[in-house]
Amino acid sequence: MKRPPTASELNLCLCHSCGLACDMTDEPHECPRCDAPLHRRKTNSLTRTWAYMLAALAFYIPANLLPVMNTVMLGNGADSTIMSGVLEFWEAGAWDIALIIFIASIAVPGVKFVALTLLLVTVQRNSDWARRERSKLYRFVELIGYWSMLDVLVVALVAALVKFQALGDIEPRPGILFFGLVVVFTMLAAMSFDPRLIWDKDTSDTVSDAASGAAPATDGAAPDPTGA
Amino acid sequence: MVNTEHLIICEHCDCVYEKVVLGKHQKTLCVRCGGVLQRFNGLTIEQRLALTFTAAMLWLFANFYPVMSISLKGMKNSATLWDSVLALSQGPITFIAMVAAIAIIIAPAFQLVLLIWVLSFALGLRRAPGFNLCMRWLETLRPWSMLEVCLLGAMVAVFKLAGLLDVLPGIGLFALAVLSLMMIRIAGRDIRELWDIL
Repeated sequence: MKRPPTASELNLCLCHSCGLACDMTDEPHECPRCDAPLHRRKTNSLTRTWAYMLAALAFYIPANLLPVMNTVMLGNGADSTIMSGVLEFWEAGAWDIALIIFIASIAVPGVKFVALTLLLVTVQRNSDWARRERSKLYRFVELIGYWSMLDVLVVALVAALVKFQALGDIEPRPGILFFGLVVVFTMLAAMSFDPRLIWDKDTSDTVSDAASGAAPATDGAAPDPTGA
Repeated sequence: MVNTEHLIICEHCDCVYEKVVLGKHQKTLCVRCGGVLQRFNGLTIEQRLALTFTAAMLWLFANFYPVMSISLKGMKNSATLWDSVLALSQGPITFIAMVAAIAIIIAPAFQLVLLIWVLSFALGLRRAPGFNLCMRWLETLRPWSMLEVCLLGAMVAVFKLAGLLDVLPGIGLFALAVLSLMMIRIAGRDIRELWDIL
């Protein structure tokens, strides 16, 4: 398979803020166009991703075990966890709502933990297995990232609305704090991971342009415009 | 310094390409990793600025009108977005109230203010004072602005409460619905094109 030259081969560096291809011959520390700090790769990407992810994993346990809210209806109070909220909808026959909450609150963080671990381990082992698919997996993790905030916002709205003292009252419980922390830390983990590391040890492909060492201004292959 | 403005680097695998002019509904994909390199942007500066002002109005409606109201045995209560943030702020969990406030109120507000500032000057083909800083903040804020999640959350909340008491969606909910869709369009990645235009 043929591929275009990479930025490091041309001594270029992508600015993550404005998208400019920065010329690295003078080793600038900042993007000449937008002044954002330049890094050839995200700083300590693997260590940071591991750290954020393990922190999120630690918070994931209390997030699921502790109650996220307390409902008092006509004098009877009850704590509910995320899972009991899902089951409540399921038993009431609202399987679609149950499914939405289950996917956003339990499946999405779970998928993110599995996917990020897979990405981290394969990058550390310099694996050349399914690079394209792993790139896709990373983009998927980025895309689903913030949808887990759903439950936090549901609890916030419901708790703000139901304020009738003894007749009916809903209050948030500490589980929701840990749940929110899981979301924030998994988002930070996904942001710290550098997907270019997947391709860095890529030796199987050949450079499509023979003049890859030439000046960047005359180089680069034109991408194929494809209909959406 | 070599001119590199016509080049585009794939952010997912570091491949270098030359930029191309795209037609309607077209996008370019990286041949190595399949990531999107460029997407057609159908909005002119005028259109984007007009949409931003509309979104700013909707933000006001979404924040100052109740998202929904409920009634139980003759008692009524309603909640705005700010009320729901306050509901989280009591007790030891205040931190999550801050996260929620950023996600559904502060980040979208800052995005709109920055867009209006940058685009108003862009209308006269000038870079606004502090252009670099504004554009960098727009990039930073994007992942933390979660209006579409809030919209889904509000709809789940309607269903959650509908079994217990009477729920009435408010003006805020409709404003939130339109606003969240507009934010995706106007504050997306394609605002980076301003760097090339100005």
